[in-house]
This record gives sequence, structure tokens and C-alpha cells, in this order.
Amino acid sequence: MKKNKKKRVTYGKYGYLFIAPFFITYLIFQLWPLINTFYYSTLSYYKRNGREVISFAGIQNFLNIFGIASGETAYVFDYLKNTLIMWGFNFVPQILVSLLMAVWLTDTKVKVKGTGAIKVIIYLPSVITAASVSVLFKNLFSQYGPITMALKDLGILSENFDFMSSVAGSRGLISLILWWMWYGNTSILLISGVLGIDPVLYEAADIDGAGGWKKFTDITLPLLKPILLYTLVTSAIGGLQMYDIPALFNVTETGYNGLPNNTTTTMAMYIMRLYNSDVGKAAAVSVFMFAVTVAVSLLLFFFMGDKEEKKLKKAEKARRKAGGR
Amino acid sequence: MLTDESYMRSLRRQRIFRTVICIIFCIISLLPFLILCMNATRTSDAIKSGLSLIPSTHFLENWRNLLAKQNGMQITLQRATLNSLCITVPGTALSVYFSSMTAYGIEVYDFKLKKFAWSFIMAVMMVPSQISIIGFYRFMMKLGLVDTYIPLIIPTIAAPTVVFFMKQYMDSVLSIEMIEAARIDGSGELRTFNSVVLPILKPAVATQAIFQFIAQWNNLFTPTVILTTDSKKTLPMFVQLLSSNQFRTDYGVVYVGLFVAIIPLVIVYLILSKYIVGGVALGGVKG
Repeated sequence: MKKNKKKRVTYGKYGYLFIAPFFITYLIFQLWPLINTFYYSTLSYYKRNGREVISFAGIQNFLNIFGIASGETAYVFDYLKNTLIMWGFNFVPQILVSLLMAVWLTDTKVKVKGTGAIKVIIYLPSVITAASVSVLFKNLFSQYGPITMALKDLGILSENFDFMSSVAGSRGLISLILWWMWYGNTSILLISGVLGIDPVLYEAADIDGAGGWKKFTDITLPLLKPILLYTLVTSAIGGLQMYDIPALFNVTETGYNGLPNNTTTTMAMYIMRLYNSDVGKAAAVSVFMFAVTVAVSLLLFFFMGDKEEKKLKKAEKARRKAGGR
Repeated sequence: MLTDESYMRSLRRQRIFRTVICIIFCIISLLPFLILCMNATRTSDAIKSGLSLIPSTHFLENWRNLLAKQNGMQITLQRATLNSLCITVPGTALSVYFSSMTAYGIEVYDFKLKKFAWSFIMAVMMVPSQISIIGFYRFMMKLGLVDTYIPLIIPTIAAPTVVFFMKQYMDSVLSIEMIEAARIDGSGELRTFNSVVLPILKPAVATQAIFQFIAQWNNLFTPTVILTTDSKKTLPMFVQLLSSNQFRTDYGVVYVGLFVAIIPLVIVYLILSKYIVGGVALGGVKG
């Protein structure tokens, strides 16, 4: 017994050795840069004769990005608004379609054939490079793009409509791309959620004569709540960092300015616009983005979940991220 | 009897209705790829004249035009693909190997900071990398690593999601007896991990490798910040060039470029789809 204990203690040091590469890498390449980003947000940077001049600036960068300082415009709020609008118009239809898919594809009474193939097909867009998808959609929906032309031929669009010069058109298409890429992923998550619900509950409901809608609202939805919340949180966090799709979709030749008139510019694009020219300001925008991300996830957790569910969510979140996001 | 029959009929009607809707969603998911393939075979003028789902014969001509336009450029589609492979292959190997190792360290050994290490990994899992990009870029500049592949490859060693997934998997397949037996046979701890544990983890390693590969292959944000020399650019960065003035005048060229960037991924996905779709749903809500 004693010997055994001793053995364990000696083996313990291997634990540190095994986790060392991960933690050393994480500290150097993730945590230290994060701390630095916070630090940089308090510095003023500018270039003079090709040299960087650095000085302490306190909260000046934040006054600048929030438009409180004179002569500065609060672009971050505009870009946050853009980001939220484009994310929202993707997320609501995404969750609705995914719920529909989850209920239909798991229904044992009305069996849809080829469930496996459907899952494979609707998941496909999410593995394709977002950059390529964005350029592809841009070409499909440009003024003389094939889909635009087809919609005009069908009389759905007026003859001189151009998605790329319309605010609603451009934002709507970015939402559409996001929806198209991710609804399959969410469907598969919700399907596995529904399959995890005890079938006995549905059998009992059948005996009580409950209809399909009643079963959906009284059994499926409440029991899916954790996974729905988890989907909402991950999607919101991912959405706030939105970059690849808007940055390649409808932008100025120099990039980083979403057309028309910056109505599709996101916060991450703003950081990219600044990172080389004004480090302090770019860092301040990053800190703001961090704060919004934390606030949104905390809000959603407190708003929607109790403690037990929070634990569940955490686990599921990890699984989904493990799923390649 | 009659009610039974009408019930069956309504079920059948329901089934047809749902199948049709599902097929429509499948078409929506596939249509952009289909148009992409068709337009890659058509001339620029034919593409401009409107939507057509009938293939034409100009694929090779478009490809040659693409090569001609690339001529003299620092970065070509082939080069960008190669660059992406040079980053993604070692990156995938590192992330899966070292993150499995971390999961193993936490799973098997008892040490003081074990709990803390695990909570830390869980906590940082949701911190997005975009947020620390300024600090990352400045730090790499200080180290003289900007415009090299090192900042894109080495940080993959720390992949919290892989650690999480691998630990969950180890919970269900690893037994201490197995490791103890290896010790009695005189195997060192690292050797036990490499030659006894890793083979057991193969299915999970494969799934995680696929997901890591996809994530790193598709990454645009970090390479855009780190890489400045044209000849070092990755495939997603090359795709960005396809909408620059140089290419976008010839639609056939743009579509053939996108075709080469997208369709191989689609094919690989379809081959591996069983593992991928299974991996997404793995354990869904059992946690």
C-alpha cells in the first residue's frame, strides 16, 4: 500500500512533463499576446520619419474609438451594429431550419429516406474555406452574376437592381452565406440532441394523445434548451469575430472597408485596417471586442440557464469546437 | 379500418412533403457548387450571358488563361496550395500529437496542478484568437518571426479543443492496468504513450486530425497579418486575389481558380464524410 503511494508520487512529475509543451506554447503564443494587447491599448503609437514613436496614453485610445475625443468618430459602434445585424439575420433562420431538420430527420413515424445523405450534404458547406465561399457568392450575385441574372429573368428582381450597391442586399447576402455555411452544422448538433431525449417521454405523450406540435413544445424544446443555448453562445462569439466572409465579399480595392459605404464593415475588419498604422487604437478595438464577447456570453448564460445547464453547455461547447470550428 | 387507412395515407403524404422540403435544402446546399463547376467550363462571355447548368468545353482554355494571368506573379495557385500544405500538415501533426499528450498527462497522472490545468484549458477554449492578434503580431515582430511560417505552425501545439476531445475519449477507452502492464514490461512513460496509448486513440486522433486540418487550411485571419511576401501567401490569401482587378475581368478564370480551390476539398470531404459528420455529433448531449 505504502509502496504504491510512493510510486504515484514519483510518477506525478511525468504529468508536468506531458502537459508542459501545451502550456509553454499557450503562454508564449496566446496568453502573453493577449496581455500585451491590453497593455498596447494604453499606449499611443505613431510613425514619424518611418520610426515608431511610443508614449503612454492612458484611456485616450478608448476616448478616440468611442468618439468622445474631439475630431474622432465612433466607428466601433457602427461596425458592432453591422456585425450584429448580419449575424442576427443568419442566426434566426439558421436555428429555425435546424429545429425543423432535427425534428423531421429523427421522426420515427414519418421516416424521411436518405437521412444519412441529407446530413452529409447539408454539412458540406461548412468545411469549405470561407474565403473561397465568399468570393464564389460574390461572383454568383454580382450585377451580371448568374443568380442575379436568373432572378431578374424570373421577374423577382427589378432590371437595374444591384446587390452590391444596396445596403440590405449586401448585408442580406452576407447573412445568407453565413446561414448557408452553418445551418447544416447546427442541424446535426440538434439532431444528436433530439436523439439523446428519452423515447419513453414521447411514448407517454402518444398515450396521452398529444399531437406533434404539443410534443415539440412540451418535450423537445425544453429538453433541447441547453444545446440551443450552447449553439447561441458559440454562434454569437464566432459572429462577433466575423472576418473572412465580409472581408472578401463586397469591399473596396484596398480591403477592410465593407461596401456600400462601410455598412458591411465588421469589428475584426476595423482591427485589420488599423493594426499596421495605429497599434494603440487597434488594441483598444480588440479590448472592446473582448469586453463585448465576454458580456454577450455572460448575459446569455445568466439570462437563459441555471447552474446545471451551464455545466452541460460548457461540455457541449467543447464538443462542437472539437467539431472543427 | 377506415381510420387506419386514412391515417396511413396522411403519413405517406407527410413523408412526401418532408422529403421534398429536405431535397430542396440539399439543392440549396449543392447549387453554388454546381454552378461553380459549370461556369468553370464556360467562356467569360458565356458566363456573362446568364445562368446555365449545362457544361461546356472550355475548362482547359480557362485553366490556360489562369496560368497566363499568373505568369510573372510572385504567387500562383499551385504555389499557394503548396504553401498551405507546408503550414497545415505540420500544424495538424503538432496540434494532434501534443494536445493528445496533454490530455494524457491530465488523465493518467496525479499531480498538484492537475485540476487547475484542466480548468484552465476549459476556460480558454472559448477565447477567440482574433482578440489577441495585435499583441501576437507585435510580439512576433520583436522575435523577428513576421513573414515566416513559424507563428502559423508552432502555436498549434496548444489546441484546447483537441485536449478536451481527447480527454473525453480517453475516459472511455484507457485503463490504468494497461499502462501499469507496460511499466512492468520496462517501458518508459513517453514510450508507453507513443507505442501503447496512441494506437488505442487512433479513431479519435483521425477525427481530430481532420478537423484541425480543415480549420488550419481555411484560416485567413492570422496568415493575413503574419505573411507579407507574396510568394509565401496561402491558398485563402490567393483566393482573395481572384477578386482583384488582375483576375476579375475574366469570369472563366475566376471560376476555374475557385474550382481548383474548392472542389478538391469537396471530394476529400465526401470521402471522409462518415468520420466528419459522426465527429460533429459525437456524444451530442450525453455530457
